[in-house]
Amino acid sequence: MKDDSQTIPPDSELKRDMPLLPADSTAGRALVVVIAIMTFLACLTAGGAILVSEASEAWRGDVSRDVTIQIKPRAGEDVEADVAAAAEIASRAPGVADAVAYTKSQSEAMLAPWLGDGVDLGQLPIPRLIVVHMEPDHREDLEPLRAALAKNAPQASLDDHRLWLSRLDTMADAIVVFAAALFALMIVAMATAVGFATRGAMAGAREIIEVLHFVGAADSYIAGQFQSHFLRLGLRGAGIGGGAAAMFFALAAIASILAHRSAAGVEIAALFGAFRLGVPGFGAIAAVAGAIAFLTGLLSRMIVFRQLRVLL
Amino acid sequence: MLRFDNVGLRYGVGPEIVRDLNFAIAPQSFQFLTGPSGAGKTTLLKLMLLSLKPSRGAIHIFGSDAAKLNKDEITAIRRRIGVVFQDFRLLDHLTTYENVALPLRVMGRNEAAYRAEVVELLRWVGLGDRMNALPPVLSGGEKQRAAIARALIVRPELLLADEPTGNVDPSLARRLLRLFVELHKSGTAVVIATHDLSLMDQFGYARRLVVGDGQLRVFDGDPR
Repeated sequence: MKDDSQTIPPDSELKRDMPLLPADSTAGRALVVVIAIMTFLACLTAGGAILVSEASEAWRGDVSRDVTIQIKPRAGEDVEADVAAAAEIASRAPGVADAVAYTKSQSEAMLAPWLGDGVDLGQLPIPRLIVVHMEPDHREDLEPLRAALAKNAPQASLDDHRLWLSRLDTMADAIVVFAAALFALMIVAMATAVGFATRGAMAGAREIIEVLHFVGAADSYIAGQFQSHFLRLGLRGAGIGGGAAAMFFALAAIASILAHRSAAGVEIAALFGAFRLGVPGFGAIAAVAGAIAFLTGLLSRMIVFRQLRVLL
Repeated sequence: MLRFDNVGLRYGVGPEIVRDLNFAIAPQSFQFLTGPSGAGKTTLLKLMLLSLKPSRGAIHIFGSDAAKLNKDEITAIRRRIGVVFQDFRLLDHLTTYENVALPLRVMGRNEAAYRAEVVELLRWVGLGDRMNALPPVLSGGEKQRAAIARALIVRPELLLADEPTGNVDPSLARRLLRLFVELHKSGTAVVIATHDLSLMDQFGYARRLVVGDGQLRVFDGDPR
């Protein structure tokens, strides 16, 4: 007959998977909330920087492909003939995809918001415009066009938007640098919070640490326990924060599609593009959340090691 | 195995709590550490466990000068020592089984490899039906036995026990003492801190280390 008292209990009958540091505590929950908020803000910052950076690339691409020729009216000369001549010169210049002259009525329409309807431009010395689209490979190659205009249409001047482009560059770079600084500050704040939480957890687990030392646990083992504990908290917090940020950007993309028909929506789309992060953007959010969770675990391990060094 | 040479200990700039300690614990020996409450028994046990550094003198343990040991070496030495605390020091969020298995777990051993060993020891100390219980629901005697089982699970070369029978009735105290005697017979050196004279009298052959006025006197036991 089998003696049940001598059998080894199976897995299902033996509780044996408890982490050495209690999983749930008020301090742990507070840290999860802090990490979630910090991750959310960090992901918003990173996503915002990506959107601005992509939008500024698009602005730069659009603007640098276009150059404008201004035809100043000359007394006693037919401005329409000057415009046609300059457009002809431009369209034949190397690297030019096409040259479109704004007609008199189009120019009036452009100025209507400022000057009102029904203005006769012929009575005013307002330059006429020709928009020149460059081939993608010849964006910087404006010298042949400039030379041809100087020789055959001296009343025309070429504006390649360099000043505007450099301002765009400066503004976009400033936004990205500001976002990077904000991101760094958030990481520092989060690291400080993790530091406080780790020291608090160590103080709360002083007795556990003592017992672990007495039963022969190495510092690396104890630090590993804290690292796992804080990595779990970090993953939970970063998951919540990163998930919320991903949801925010997804909702923002849907909202921008819905708002695209309105004038405000068009303005926003001009500034930030379609407000769609795309796979790389969402990948960046996942990377930020993962890095924050990893950083939480690593920081706690380093702090625990440093604190254990002074204990016997 | 363990030797104290002119060991003294003071906290900060205060007076020495213990001084001029000169004694040795031989392998496979059995001794009581006794003295009035507050005399320094627990302090002496902590010195033996290397959880306190002496202010002066030298402690040699398992052939090494304790002052020259690094943290990893101290850890290795502690794995050769079993310790039973006066207040048990069981981890309240771990089951009795997990508490007893703790020394093996921190060594990185696989749970499946030591489960039979731990279960057998738990049954031997009468906790076979309390393996999944958490310490807060254990009685004082059960906690005591769990703490003792945790100290014994690694088959230590040296066992330090601080008032291991202080919280149990006399019959259970005798039973627990028999555990230590069995362990001693299997080759472990045993040091039991107690101020229970009647308990010591039952083991007249055991050596007595008596702490008083910060000093230690050694009385050899009766020959068996």
